[in-house]
Amino acid sequence: MIKLMENLLIGTFFLYLVSTVMFVVAVLGKRVRKGDEVEHTNRWGRLGIIFTMIGALIHVGFTVTRAVVGGYFPTSNMFEFISFFCLMMVISFIIIYFIYRTVALGALAMPVAVILLAYASVFPRDVQPLIPALQSYWLWIHVSVVALGQGALSIGFVAGLVYLIRKFGKERIGKHSLYLEIVLVFLVLVLGFALSATAFGAMGYQAEIQYTVNDSQQVQSYRMPPLVGPAGGQVVEMHNFLGMTKPLMEAPTWMEGKDAARKLNSVIWSIITGLLLYAIIRLLFRKRLHELVYPLVRSVDLETVDEIGYRAIAIGFPIFTLGGLIFGMIWAHEAWGRFWGWDPKEVWALITWLFYSAYLHLRLSRGWHGTKSAWMNVGGFVIIMINLIVVNLVFAGLHSYA
Amino acid sequence: MENTKCECGHNNPVGTVLCEYCGKPLREDKDQPLDMRYEGVARRSQTRKRTLVDRIWSFFSSVKVAVYLIVITLIASILGSLLPQERYIPSNRPEVFYAQEYGVWGDLYYKLGLSDMYSSWWYITLLALIGISLVVCSLDRVIPLYRALKNQQVTKNQSFIIRQRISHQLQIKEGEKEQVLKQLGEQLKKSRYQIRREGDSLLAEKGRISRWGPYILHVGLIVFLLGTLPRLIPGWNLEEFVWVREGQTRPIPNTPYYIKNERAEVELYKESEIVQKQKDAPPAVKEWRTEVVLLKKDDETEELKEIKRHVTRVNHPLKYEDLMIYQSGFQVDQVSALELVVLDKKTGKESETFLVDLFEPEKEYVLDGGLTVHLLNYFPNFKLEGKQPTTQSERPNNPAFVFEVKSPDKPEGEKMWVIAGTKLDIEENKYEINLKWMHLTNESGLLIRTERGLWVILLGGIISMIGLVMGFYWNHRRVWVRWMEGKLLIGAHTNKNWFGLRRELEQAAKRANIPLAQSSEGVKP
Repeated sequence: MIKLMENLLIGTFFLYLVSTVMFVVAVLGKRVRKGDEVEHTNRWGRLGIIFTMIGALIHVGFTVTRAVVGGYFPTSNMFEFISFFCLMMVISFIIIYFIYRTVALGALAMPVAVILLAYASVFPRDVQPLIPALQSYWLWIHVSVVALGQGALSIGFVAGLVYLIRKFGKERIGKHSLYLEIVLVFLVLVLGFALSATAFGAMGYQAEIQYTVNDSQQVQSYRMPPLVGPAGGQVVEMHNFLGMTKPLMEAPTWMEGKDAARKLNSVIWSIITGLLLYAIIRLLFRKRLHELVYPLVRSVDLETVDEIGYRAIAIGFPIFTLGGLIFGMIWAHEAWGRFWGWDPKEVWALITWLFYSAYLHLRLSRGWHGTKSAWMNVGGFVIIMINLIVVNLVFAGLHSYA
Repeated sequence: MENTKCECGHNNPVGTVLCEYCGKPLREDKDQPLDMRYEGVARRSQTRKRTLVDRIWSFFSSVKVAVYLIVITLIASILGSLLPQERYIPSNRPEVFYAQEYGVWGDLYYKLGLSDMYSSWWYITLLALIGISLVVCSLDRVIPLYRALKNQQVTKNQSFIIRQRISHQLQIKEGEKEQVLKQLGEQLKKSRYQIRREGDSLLAEKGRISRWGPYILHVGLIVFLLGTLPRLIPGWNLEEFVWVREGQTRPIPNTPYYIKNERAEVELYKESEIVQKQKDAPPAVKEWRTEVVLLKKDDETEELKEIKRHVTRVNHPLKYEDLMIYQSGFQVDQVSALELVVLDKKTGKESETFLVDLFEPEKEYVLDGGLTVHLLNYFPNFKLEGKQPTTQSERPNNPAFVFEVKSPDKPEGEKMWVIAGTKLDIEENKYEINLKWMHLTNESGLLIRTERGLWVILLGGIISMIGLVMGFYWNHRRVWVRWMEGKLLIGAHTNKNWFGLRRELEQAAKRANIPLAQSSEGVKP
């Protein structure tokens, strides 16, 4: 059963990768073959969406298997939540695809899904027993609805990205193309993180560092060479890495989250590998990322993709409100005796909600469609990611499990 | 004064953008598509700007102001999340804690009041301003909008129709017009439009409820915000925390209730329940549970009467009327009592054991053989300050006793210390006191809450959701068709999802055998 579960995860990953390739071929390939361009795009686009759907089905299979193995709805830690969030994003994409049939959207949405799933897999994947705080049917009601809402909002981000690349992708320099490049580099960093974690995992790298927190001895286990150790840490065991036998430096003390030093270490590694990856891409293609991606979206109609972005938000916003705020409050009342306690995760859910409220109101006024909307879609996704990653890394809160 | 009389003869209020009756644009900006927001009606905020009330109304009715308020609240919320709020810090002296833990920046954070920001007057004022903005914005728009949509005319001015974002013009002979209008109307009806005819004009409309969505959402949010106010009413909001040991009964402060902890247990996951075992993983807790009894003091007899029994677990609080009791903390194996024995050092003969409760020790213990043990002094959490013995707290973390043992042999008595179960041996003494056994109990931290405004908050949430669903999952679509002078004019408008409307209109026209050219903004494959 556990073996099956792992295979389903690998299958999902593989199929998302394949569908990415299909979508890319659909929008690029028409220059290669002299035949009917529309016919070519349609055929490969259809293959792309079919593989996406099979992938999503296997992903559902994985989630169900994990639920059966663990005996609870698998959204209880970072790996499970990000994987489920990725599934919800893919499902949102499928829905949007059948409304608008924009193949180029797939060429960007599916790589983002691949990166998310790769990122998820970096976290501990063991099925762990459920802590008392999560033993409630609200686990699946609250978390799955939040993930679905955020999934739809993420498609808004992808549409915003398509819009911006279509509009500014040809500009080598400029304010918009610079910011666009930064966003794309960020995605490469996440990929870099997944790659380095997988590489060190395959090498079986291990290090253990002991440290003291609140007068109790704790041990942080590293799967990547610890460039950063916990403050006041003592090496218990550490594999040699390029002659390194102890952490190069200590994590700042204000990082309070669970295993903060190890997570900071991961961030540093992802920056190192991500930038390396970026340098290789730049050297290989002699192009900036946004220029490189531009051909994927060159034939997209700007007005349509602007509407897709808005539509994704219009679909996602009510779902997020229901899952993230209303269900969240009900569960918080059941579990902690208060419906709202200004826990960092709660605050950032409110920030997300306020941000998209501002977006929806701004779209009422002239001059906020198009570029500004697209940037706001990107900004919203950044907030969602902050809530998912930074809030867990830096802040100590009640949601520290995921 | 602006001339607001339309050529159709209708007198419009000042501030009207589109004639209320025929829809003719009253302002000249010919090339742009029409601004259809709020049907182009005049709003109070635009028509009256004389008194102070008008000005305040006008200020809060602005969407721009609303967005500013949202953005300021958003930024403030981010600031408040940077460091843990006072309620979450492990110290009750925030003025020291922030500086100590986070340095200069932490001190500044505390001094700026960011450490308790969400209950600061200015943050609450921000929320209140958003509330006012919600009310004013909604009233300013919803009333004229309602009137405009209720009194829609079927026959619209030519320029109203052709300046819609989606518009088509077709050459149709007079003889064919009836057939075409009828066909198009029927096809649109199949797409669930409501059709109204009037002479040579047709109005197809659906999903009007979508227009009320935002206002219902705003009502929901106002109800929600109002629902947070009852917390300020005394007695409507209760938040108490008590530690109760097994077997102990404690009063719940500020209520007539008592709570008894009959049994408190921790259950760990069994080996067989853990699917993927990790080496060296600490045992995982499956459940913290407390068998509690809620009691109430009878007014006449002063006796405690049992009201409700419940096993509280995380996520499974006890509920009784407005009272909710939560499993909120747990202390395992707290030493609650010591079993001691008096030893005659010479004969080696032990007395019977006696039990000293660490929370409520007795003054005197009478043992067999004429032995009596007096408790002279007790320090639950013993500490030597200089040479002076004191206690740091009332929790028996390091209990120290001063006993005096009297027997028929030693009527004058012998003094001795027992600290944390270990005796301090005094050589010339005949007796010493030894520890036989420790009694351990679990202690349960119970949170007691009453939140009477909760149903208002929930109601606000439900209304908000209804508004959101109406507003976002329905589209208000309208198609105006008018035949005049050999031409069929078609104009269409929606509050969102133009792509869908365009496709729907094109498909309906196709089924009605009306050749619609792909509009200039048509969608590419």
